Amino acid sequence: MEYVISVLLSGISVGGQYALIAIGYTLVYGILRLINFAHGDVFMVAGLMGIYFTATMPYSVSIPLVIIITVVLGFVIERAAYKPLRNAPRMSVMISAIGVSYLLQNTATYITGGQPMTYPVIPFLAGTVNVAGTHTKWVVIITPFLVLALVVALNQLINHTKIGMAMRAVSKDFETSRLMGIKINSVISATFIIGSGLAAVGSVLFFTNYPAITPTAGAMPGLKAFVAAVFGGIGSIPGAVIGAFLIGICETIIKGLPSSWDVSVFSDAFTFALLIVILVFKPQGLFGEAATDKV
Amino acid sequence: MKKKEKSFRIFIGISILLLFVILLENLSGFIPGLPQIFQPTSPLFTVLKKAAVYSLVAVSMNLLNGFTGLFSLGQAGFMLLGAYTYAILMVPTQMKEQVYYLFGGCAFDFSLLSACEGIFGTGGFGGAAAMILSCLIALLLAGCVSGFFAYLIGIPVLRLKSDYLAIATLGFAEILRAIFQWQKLGRITNGANMIKGFPTFSSFNITNSSGGTVLRLSTFVPFLISALCILVIMLLINSSYGRAFKAIRDDEVAAEAMGINLFRHKMMSFVISSFFAGIGGGLFAMYVANAQAKAFTSVMTYEILLIVVIGGIGSVSGSVLATFLYVACSEWWLRFLDSELYIGAVKVPLLRNGFRMVVFSVVIMVIVLFFSQGIMGDQELNLGALLKKIRVKKERKE
Repeated sequence: MEYVISVLLSGISVGGQYALIAIGYTLVYGILRLINFAHGDVFMVAGLMGIYFTATMPYSVSIPLVIIITVVLGFVIERAAYKPLRNAPRMSVMISAIGVSYLLQNTATYITGGQPMTYPVIPFLAGTVNVAGTHTKWVVIITPFLVLALVVALNQLINHTKIGMAMRAVSKDFETSRLMGIKINSVISATFIIGSGLAAVGSVLFFTNYPAITPTAGAMPGLKAFVAAVFGGIGSIPGAVIGAFLIGICETIIKGLPSSWDVSVFSDAFTFALLIVILVFKPQGLFGEAATDKV
Repeated sequence: MKKKEKSFRIFIGISILLLFVILLENLSGFIPGLPQIFQPTSPLFTVLKKAAVYSLVAVSMNLLNGFTGLFSLGQAGFMLLGAYTYAILMVPTQMKEQVYYLFGGCAFDFSLLSACEGIFGTGGFGGAAAMILSCLIALLLAGCVSGFFAYLIGIPVLRLKSDYLAIATLGFAEILRAIFQWQKLGRITNGANMIKGFPTFSSFNITNSSGGTVLRLSTFVPFLISALCILVIMLLINSSYGRAFKAIRDDEVAAEAMGINLFRHKMMSFVISSFFAGIGGGLFAMYVANAQAKAFTSVMTYEILLIVVIGGIGSVSGSVLATFLYVACSEWWLRFLDSELYIGAVKVPLLRNGFRMVVFSVVIMVIVLFFSQGIMGDQELNLGALLKKIRVKKERKE
């Protein structure tokens, strides 16, 4: 029983961390119809910055700094790599995203020398706590609440502010909202800023619980978060969050199954199997709107 | 008449290229004392071999992404299937115990190589015939296995649109990789460990009885196989099926209205592309002399996709050219960026391990952003027309 609780707890926390990345995917896809392959690598870069900054600065300075620089990075990537291709075919933009991901990974390899780096022990997050007879880290308990708080805040932003209204309009119809005088570029920048900021928060939580950061550490969480976004219905924030929690829990359950079954290699594969099942039977996801093509 | 002349020209061109490759790799054997670059160990031949293998995979990906407009990212998965099929079939029976020692032998006792050697004998011409025959059959089977899996995967996946298709095929490649690393299948796939001991490119070098090399063919073989496969793909692209593929790429709805069966043609393109990716995977296993699931990650697919983009989406010759450039840059010409360099007493800044890939990815980004047509756009390389253009320019100058 205690084992089950501990597996569930860590599943919920992993899910929350995926949720923070997934929101970035779902916002960007909702507006640009682009799978931002570089998002997972932005997440990894935020993790690496966390290591470098906390080594020289106190936590109260370094962690906000990580978030700010990640936001700037997301903004710069959008301006440099996606904006020039606004009118190009969708495939070109996606290839550009793959190129950015390649660049970030290679730069990270260059800077770290390819060595796995260990994330610093942040005293508040990494301390242990006793829940229902199992010992876990504080980060496991904090994550779901933090995620919920951020999602509620984001929902307020999207439903009750001007920029949120513009985002909803742009994701509904790109061309028309442009005609209505919405500044497309600033709306797109705003989505990238929000997405990167949440990914930076996610990286602090995720890597505290993770043995080491390698330059490719962002790729798999990134893809899983994208699957979560598709699962919940792309463009829908609550959908992405629910999808992420579900994937996180399933993944930790598979990893926690008896080792004699030897199925832990399938923890990544399961996510993709889920994706394919969803795409085949309910392509619009749980909360997505069915799109119709006009000929 | 004109068509015949053109195909004759292509045939001559490819034969000259292949002869040139044989000559190049045997040069050091005929004329002693040549510079290091012509020695069999020089990076030149590594690049040529790898590029020959990759160009086949790139062209197969171009058939799907460039000519049919299906954005698939599953190429590494199909290469993995091909590589494993080739490796499992070609490990000699007597080697199996040794290769699968962690799992106490192999569950799949049959070895194509040993079976053929049983028919033709192991020494002299019999041995050579056994090896060539078994190798060809194994490569064909490698293609068939990945083609078959592509068929199975295609049934659910090909109904999806652009980026959903990409992410679903990427997902399938990851699932395949997980299955091949599963320890429970270790008696067939050797778990997460590599399979080795099968014939590689250098097994095709002709040796005399004392073991000295008479004629090197280790670079020629990948060139020959790739050239043949790419030729078949070219023929397909220029056939009525190829025109149907292009019609689907340009406008799906219009193509369907013109009576093209969308699903059948997409499936055909997907299966054929995977078939050749499977053969490419078999060749890749021969090139690296092992088969290991760890190598076939999504990074490999991205690499091939970038090659296709650099060469020009929708140009076979562009893909081939880009492969040679890409492989030469990453394996050879840009190597100096990775080692520390001193000019006099001054250390050149930035140069250290990993810098090569940073420069490389910046170059790729520049190409993607500013030269989105790639080297060739969607045109094919046409030497005849190129020569004519140069001649006309010269005449004008005079």
